[in-house]
Amino acid sequence: MRAPNLRMPAFILIAICISAAVYFGAKAMHIDYLFFAGYVVLQFVVMATAWNILGGYCGYVNFGTAAFFALGAYSTVALHKFDPMIDEIFSGVPATLLHAIFPLPIPALIVIAGIVSGLVGLGTGYLTLRLRGAFFAIATLALAVVLETLIVNWNFVGGSRGAYIIRPQTIPLLGSYIEYLFVTMLALATIAVCVARTIERSQLGFGFATIRDDELAAEASGVPTLRLKLIATTLSGALMGMAGAPFPYYIGYVEPNSTFGFAYAINAIAMPMIGGTTSWIGPLIGSLLLGSLQQVATVTISSAANLLIVGLLLVGFVILAPNGLVGLVENWVRRREQP
Amino acid sequence: MDISADLLVNAIVAGILLGGFYAAVTLGISISFGILDIVNIAHPAFIILGSYIAYIVNIRLGIDPIVIGIVATPFFYALGCVIYQVYYLAFEKRGQEALRGLAFFFGLLFITEVMLILVFGVDYRYVEAIYIGPSLHLGYADLPLRMLVPCIVSLLMFIGLELFLSRTFIGRAVNAVSQDQQALQLMAIDPIRIKRMAFGISIATCALAGALLIIIQPIEPSVGRQYIGRVFAICVLGGLGSLPGTLIAAILLGIVESITSTFYGPSWSPAVAFGLLLLTLAVRPTGLLGRR
Repeated sequence: MRAPNLRMPAFILIAICISAAVYFGAKAMHIDYLFFAGYVVLQFVVMATAWNILGGYCGYVNFGTAAFFALGAYSTVALHKFDPMIDEIFSGVPATLLHAIFPLPIPALIVIAGIVSGLVGLGTGYLTLRLRGAFFAIATLALAVVLETLIVNWNFVGGSRGAYIIRPQTIPLLGSYIEYLFVTMLALATIAVCVARTIERSQLGFGFATIRDDELAAEASGVPTLRLKLIATTLSGALMGMAGAPFPYYIGYVEPNSTFGFAYAINAIAMPMIGGTTSWIGPLIGSLLLGSLQQVATVTISSAANLLIVGLLLVGFVILAPNGLVGLVENWVRRREQP
Repeated sequence: MDISADLLVNAIVAGILLGGFYAAVTLGISISFGILDIVNIAHPAFIILGSYIAYIVNIRLGIDPIVIGIVATPFFYALGCVIYQVYYLAFEKRGQEALRGLAFFFGLLFITEVMLILVFGVDYRYVEAIYIGPSLHLGYADLPLRMLVPCIVSLLMFIGLELFLSRTFIGRAVNAVSQDQQALQLMAIDPIRIKRMAFGISIATCALAGALLIIIQPIEPSVGRQYIGRVFAICVLGGLGSLPGTLIAAILLGIVESITSTFYGPSWSPAVAFGLLLLTLAVRPTGLLGRR
């Protein structure tokens, strides 16, 4: 299955139209729960796309998705907790200035979260990416444990007890707050997919592909592999953090154990793997399918069983269909064309 | 901070005992990751599986957990052989071990953990044995038997495997397969068979290591995650594929962790291994006694 070869502005326009259609479609149904469930699915679209920028394009596995996501969520919590403390720390003009901008709007929180987790991604990448790929994977796996330890010991953001975030009930223009969160995440998902597609067709994307196919040969032909890998890690980490930033407002209560849960890591890997990792459409298909399936399964079966399904699907797909659903469809089309 | 000699001595002794146990946990990874180049991140999950087997048999039949661990070893060996066969056919043969192989093991790790949660729940489980409780006193130091016994068993297992790998034909073949697979083929040895056996052995160590783990601490299914950072930190710090290096690194980590948790609180100790891992990767990626 080859996506139509559109120019970028046309693609962005279409993506915006589809997003708008999704939003108004959901609004027309008049079910608030749709926004609740849709938010989670869209969050997974961002996570899967972000994972795929490093994992699918460069071939480096990131197991620390939960860590980056939680970084985003906790930077929001930290800024939220900072708000009532302004008067204790500052006085006079700085305090008035800070009061004017606090509490920060969600888009600003998203940008800050993106910067924080992007920097952590850069740091981890810088320390481990000069070595074989496996070390990076292991380091990201351990990163989640360490960040969780830090958060558990950091009382300012609630420690192991967790933190409550009280969100406003309504918001100007849109009405209900959950609708606002849904629109924000929809916009973020659209941006993530557009970024992924742009990368894929740019020089950067070709550089990533050379790393995935043969890093040694790429290095020998003058591709600046370390720099490219660092760009990918930073971008991918930043997007994951951005997906986590509105989370405290969505859920209302954050605690380390569930925020760092394996559910994010397994989903962020399983979705691109099941959809197909070589193109932007794979993670999109994978996350929409698997995300919706899980929303249904969580309600009808149980949440532990639904994670088991994700795990089994992941193992099944990597063994039997290495190129995911996109690969299966491609094979099917090819076989029909050559009888 | 006031560091009293008494506390320090006890922290170091506890660290050495803990490190001895870590050696048993890392042994399997040292073979699969260090020698065979298979990044088996699911290893700690199999250790937890071993712990739960020790738990269920101990509760039902009252058999000593270490005996259970030894009896379970052949079954784990068979499990390891099966996993390697799948891994070989699906990934190694097609040259896709980097991305999909890792995802495969991550999936296994996840499935094992969720299955254990579904069967046993998330309550902490523990075993009963005569040596859990009493301790020896040597001057300043306390030697709790529930740490001492696992440490000794772990060291015996360690020495046994080291002798096996350096003295027997199969053991030498395992080392050879990591150096030059083709040369092995020219000598009419099937490298895949050797690798399968080696991977089987690496998983087989999980049975006993799991039994030792549940003697040392109560466990629940997600405890394994804390060990991922630890085992790889030890393996890398010791130098890939070097068993003596692994032992030294394990005891080193045990001591550092024990001192950290004595003087700064146990909630910090999971971060120690990761710090050590990053430091090693940044400063000396070949580890203490590395071959590369």
